[in-house]
Amino acid sequence: MSNDPAVEIRGLVKRYGTKTAVDGLDLTVPRARVTAVLGPNGAGKTTTVETCEGYVRPDAGTVRVLGLDAAADAEALRPRIGVMLQSGGVYSGARAVEMLRHVARLHAHPLDVDTLVERLGLGGCGRTPYRRLSGGQQQRLALALAVVGRPELVFLDEPTAGLDPQARRATWDLVRELRSDGVTVVLTTHHMDEAEQLSDEVAIMDAGRVIAHGSPEELCRGGAENTLRFTGRPSLDLASLLKALPDGTQAAELTPGAYRVTGEVDPQLLATVASWCAQHGVLPSSLSVERHTLEDVFLELTGKELRA
Amino acid sequence: MSAGTFTPRPGAAPVSRMIVTQTALETRMLLRNGEQLLLTVIIPALLLTLFSAVDIVDTGAGKSVDFLAPGVLALAVMSTAFTGQAIATGFDRRYGVLKRLGASPLPRWALMTAKTLSVLVTEVLQVALLTVIALALGWSPQGNPLSVAALLLLGTAAFSGLGLLMAGTLRAEATLAAANLVFLLLLVGGGVIVPLEKFPGAVQSVLGLLPISALSDGLREVLRHGTALPWGDAAVLAVWAVLGLGAAAKFFRWE
Repeated sequence: MSNDPAVEIRGLVKRYGTKTAVDGLDLTVPRARVTAVLGPNGAGKTTTVETCEGYVRPDAGTVRVLGLDAAADAEALRPRIGVMLQSGGVYSGARAVEMLRHVARLHAHPLDVDTLVERLGLGGCGRTPYRRLSGGQQQRLALALAVVGRPELVFLDEPTAGLDPQARRATWDLVRELRSDGVTVVLTTHHMDEAEQLSDEVAIMDAGRVIAHGSPEELCRGGAENTLRFTGRPSLDLASLLKALPDGTQAAELTPGAYRVTGEVDPQLLATVASWCAQHGVLPSSLSVERHTLEDVFLELTGKELRA
Repeated sequence: MSAGTFTPRPGAAPVSRMIVTQTALETRMLLRNGEQLLLTVIIPALLLTLFSAVDIVDTGAGKSVDFLAPGVLALAVMSTAFTGQAIATGFDRRYGVLKRLGASPLPRWALMTAKTLSVLVTEVLQVALLTVIALALGWSPQGNPLSVAALLLLGTAAFSGLGLLMAGTLRAEATLAAANLVFLLLLVGGGVIVPLEKFPGAVQSVLGLLPISALSDGLREVLRHGTALPWGDAAVLAVWAVLGLGAAAKFFRWE
């Protein structure tokens, strides 16, 4: 497999009438990794993904997918990518397994349909036509349709929207398995925990651009500071603690015996605090690390709730 | 599933296999749909039986089944190639099926080929059933079966173009309403069960240019009078086919 990125977007612009959906977007998606695209509604996520899938023709910029031009080479790309639509995509009278078997037959080396059906819990759909399946069943079928052709790259548009917690876990497990088998996954999501749990890379979009990009750890580390709290005996000598900690770290006793350390909280800092406690004969009765979540970072960057 | 299950191994199936499997699915969807069956099988069969057995409309000299059978065959073609195809494709488009298949290895031309084959398979079943019923009612067909097949194919092309044009440009609900309305109007005004001679002269010459009139009249020329090939009717159908398919190719929107 080549080491080129799975997706490389440069200066993508897409306008609908007078509205600019994507406004000079750059994005690189590495192979065999999970990349989450986050953004408030209207940020341009779906337009970006649909451009990669060959549905949308860019007004400007280049979109290369698996080394090919997404628009010009769409026909050659289609067998190599898997697409999960946000909704629909199935004949209203078709049965789940029937549709899955059908799409499998359009591919040269599909997955074993029965195994996939069992794996995603679609066996219970029986002879029910698609239009009468539950939202969760339709969602799982859409996921199965995206992976059945053994693609190199799958695009999942909000893969767990409307799923119950159990089905959500099952979907997460499947995404992890895709990744460990070498499949590149690009997913859009409204769920921060999903992005944090699943992805190697996160791209945060707002107003048609990528405004932050990195691993969840990098994004959470950057910008906002994190906090470590511990409780011990009152009036400890914080000046000596600060001497042992990196510059820029702050420490305070908020109420007698309740201490707060703010700064770049990493394993080293935690070890330093613990050994300082040991030197001073302090056994903290509680010690906790409060890291910024992706959600904090997201709110800070976009000033918007994900679910507008 | 064990490790390595999802290891990429992409590839399209051979195009012949894709077309066969797509045709089979399209045909199953059509035959499973109750409303479609009503339109394509039950209505033509009922009209044929009812109007042959009971003298409701004056169909001129000779056995009424000899007049009605060719008309009902034309109606069957219209119900499948135009009405049924327009409604089914309109809803496929609305439910994102066309979009979903657009991301599969199946090329668009192969999808349209499969849809056409599925229409033809359905028509073969319809013609077989209606022929059996008509023969049981005492029908004595004349003419060359190849001429009949040629007219049926031309009619299918003409109605498919119009059906796809409608499905690809209107909303699914509008297509549903319009396709049924057109079906009803053409059923009455297209020489299917009511001879065109019953209409005033001026109206008659306009109605005669409709694809349904050309098809029912052409079939009647062959099956009732033994004409080799009614060129005028064939030409009208060919013009509709070129216009309809051309407009559908130009204006069809996949989403």
